[in-house]
Amino acid sequence: MDANTFLIQVLNGIQYGLLLFLVASGLTLILGIMGIINLAHGSFYMVGAYLAFSLSQHFGSLWLAMAGGVVLAVVIGLLLEWLLISRLYHRDHLYQVLLTYGLILMFEELRSVVFGDDVHGVAVPALLQASIPLTDTLSYPVYRLWMSAVCLALAIGMYLLIQRTRLGMMIRAGAANREMVQSLGINIDLLYRLVFALGVALAAFAGMIAAPVASVFPGMGNQVLIVCFVVVVIGGIGSVKGAMLAAILIGLVDTFGKVLTLEIGGVRFLPELSGMMIYVLMAVVLLARPEGLFGKRG
Amino acid sequence: MRRARVATVVLLCCLLALALLPLFAEKYYIQLFTKMMIMAIFAMSLDLLVGYTGLVSLGHAAFFGLAGYALAFAAPQYEAANLWLSLPLAMAGSALLALVIGALVLRTSGIYFIMVTLAFAQMVFFVFHDTKIAGGADGIYVYAKPVADIAGWAPFNLENHTHFYFVVLVLLVLVYASLRMLLASLFGRVIVGIRVNEQRMRSIGYRTFRYKLVCFVIAGALAGMAGYFAAAQFGFVSPDILGWHTSGGVLMMVILGGMGTLNGAILGAFAMLLLELGFQGLPVVGGVDIGKHWQLLMGGFIVFAVLLLPHGLLGLGRLASRLLRKPAEVAEAGDG
Amino acid sequence: MAEAVLRTERLTKNFGGLAAVNDVSLEFFTDQIHAVIGPNGAGKTTLASLLSGDLASTSGRILLDGEDIAGLPADRISQRGVGRSYQKTNIFLPFSVFENCRLAAQSRLPSSMRFIRPALRYDDVSRQAQRALAEVGLEHRAGVPAASLSHGEQRQLEIAMTLATRPRILLLDEPLAGMGSDESARMVELLRGLKQAHAVILVEHDMDAVFALADRLTVMVNGSVLESGFPELIRASAAVQEAYLGVEELAT
Repeated sequence: MDANTFLIQVLNGIQYGLLLFLVASGLTLILGIMGIINLAHGSFYMVGAYLAFSLSQHFGSLWLAMAGGVVLAVVIGLLLEWLLISRLYHRDHLYQVLLTYGLILMFEELRSVVFGDDVHGVAVPALLQASIPLTDTLSYPVYRLWMSAVCLALAIGMYLLIQRTRLGMMIRAGAANREMVQSLGINIDLLYRLVFALGVALAAFAGMIAAPVASVFPGMGNQVLIVCFVVVVIGGIGSVKGAMLAAILIGLVDTFGKVLTLEIGGVRFLPELSGMMIYVLMAVVLLARPEGLFGKRG
Repeated sequence: MRRARVATVVLLCCLLALALLPLFAEKYYIQLFTKMMIMAIFAMSLDLLVGYTGLVSLGHAAFFGLAGYALAFAAPQYEAANLWLSLPLAMAGSALLALVIGALVLRTSGIYFIMVTLAFAQMVFFVFHDTKIAGGADGIYVYAKPVADIAGWAPFNLENHTHFYFVVLVLLVLVYASLRMLLASLFGRVIVGIRVNEQRMRSIGYRTFRYKLVCFVIAGALAGMAGYFAAAQFGFVSPDILGWHTSGGVLMMVILGGMGTLNGAILGAFAMLLLELGFQGLPVVGGVDIGKHWQLLMGGFIVFAVLLLPHGLLGLGRLASRLLRKPAEVAEAGDG
Repeated sequence: MAEAVLRTERLTKNFGGLAAVNDVSLEFFTDQIHAVIGPNGAGKTTLASLLSGDLASTSGRILLDGEDIAGLPADRISQRGVGRSYQKTNIFLPFSVFENCRLAAQSRLPSSMRFIRPALRYDDVSRQAQRALAEVGLEHRAGVPAASLSHGEQRQLEIAMTLATRPRILLLDEPLAGMGSDESARMVELLRGLKQAHAVILVEHDMDAVFALADRLTVMVNGSVLESGFPELIRASAAVQEAYLGVEELAT
């Protein structure tokens, strides 16, 4: 592989990793703060992508679609939390798994009813259609750079929100001791509702910005969910640092796995089994450090 | 004690009903109930993990599907596999996979465990979906049902749907009885203790990892048995048999039926499959084909069941009897 | 006196920058009750957890019959004869009182990887469990679910489970916690009887019980050993009184 191709793959890998981080951060947020495992998180990603597709056709502009889509996603998130998720807080993880699995089935079918089962493409907005030249012979799509920048900006924004604002402080306190926060007069129910809506919005937004690059297809929600799980397992539950590191790592491993060729003893492992690479990585981490790279032991 | 006796009577009646079914029912229903019994075996194997050991696995389909593929491999093209050879081999394959995966995933617990079981099952799915090992995404056909020949004589013929039904029924009873025996044994008591308080089990001297691993392997082998017959009945295996819809489906059966009771697993399997059929059979209303989108109703049902039935379908019965019973009767050793 | 059956050498446990147990060297002998006392946060329970294997030490040695067991997991240490009871009741609530003890006694079998014979048919195990229940005085409550027991009875069960594993060394973490005076008196008699053929390490707050029972006394403050030796001498020690003054009087 020559240097140019290598550079492109590195950029692609980082871009994919940052996108994964965006989705995974929503999952970890809900998991770490509210203690809820939300299997339907991937469905929100899918909903975002399909909204981007249909709304952009409706409005003729991806930007308006994104704005409208985020608003819609927040509303959906608030409603879901109010009606269903709020009843899961004191239940075993088992029932959370079951209920959110039921939600996956519902979302998949609703998508099928409303949008159909076809694969769709979404056009890159005109503003970002150019390519930036990196070397004499090579140029890289601006849109991908923009995507990475947005993901990074949101990551930093979230960090600042959680660590540096009063709202963030209340959220962190609520995660540690729900009853205490409530007795201090803070409306913990509203707080959790907002956190959940934030998580949903992050996933949906990720789906929207990924749509022009990754295309919009029925199984995309489940696919991204499982990769998110791998991110959280490798990074460690409750660790945003770990999630970032793990997401970039996975982004790079996955991207390079698809373009490299690996043959051992006549058996071709790459690129055929590139889909397996991230699980092999997860297996290695489990053997060496079961609590994840930055997870807490015990 | 009275509750146990009532339960036994109910069980025996159901067994009798199942045994007599082929006398009255047509082929369609015999095959339907065969499928339900196969899924009941699958569900019981998962209940051993979830309900009794407290290990919530979202990747149990890996062992179910692997055995199905093992049958497909053992019966290439139009040849039939020998049941007595291929079934143990298929189960051994699933057990081996469970050993490998278990050794890795049992290093985690709680939410982690749920996630890694799903991830590893997905990895197995990828192996069969993305490679040409077994027909890739298209799957492979199992054209001929396994034959039960021993030196030229076959006690039954699996091509006959009634024979198939009774073979599965016998296996269902055997698996149920074996699991009851297992749960009352030394091993079973350790397993249940692990679910209640694993840390104390370690502190009184049990190497809990070993017991969890053995349990995982047993559950995997039994899932393999179910998967083998599912493939034999359906005549076709595709990567979906390893997919997480299968894993999610069987987990639903266990939880909705009532965890940690074995009876609940069977009830859940039958109930879910009947529900699925019921939803699929709904008519077209106002231009919308409801039956085609049955998953929407199924999802909705699951959501409602979680909210309203904390102990699953069996919980309804328990709720009634609990109102009539004194607390002391609840204390059967390790009531589960 | 014979060799110490259990000994710690410079045992230390750090949590971040905090030394919860700091350079502790103690000896424990059979046929002796050795009490460990100290104000809250002194490191008593941490010490107990280090000895039982529930926590891994940062440095130092734990010598059981002369062999270093530091770093071994809790199950291995239990199998070597160290039985621990917990400050916060740590029983199997859904099981019957009998089953709690039976499961503990079962752990002494060479292997529980037995899948066919019903567990209740292992008579030796059942007998062992009955004996443990009788020792603490709970045999009349054998069929009751553990969750239905009174607090005092649950503390008794906690000890019975530990006894059922037939340990040589009994590590009892605040067995009297939360007990009324009647229950305490009964427990003190029980503990007194346990001295025979066991080395008893008693972590406690209840000073009456400690001075009624202890053959040896160790006072811990802020993770270190302040003084260790004969109870009467320690009671009179000025340093101990200074460290403790008023605190224990309030506690009892």
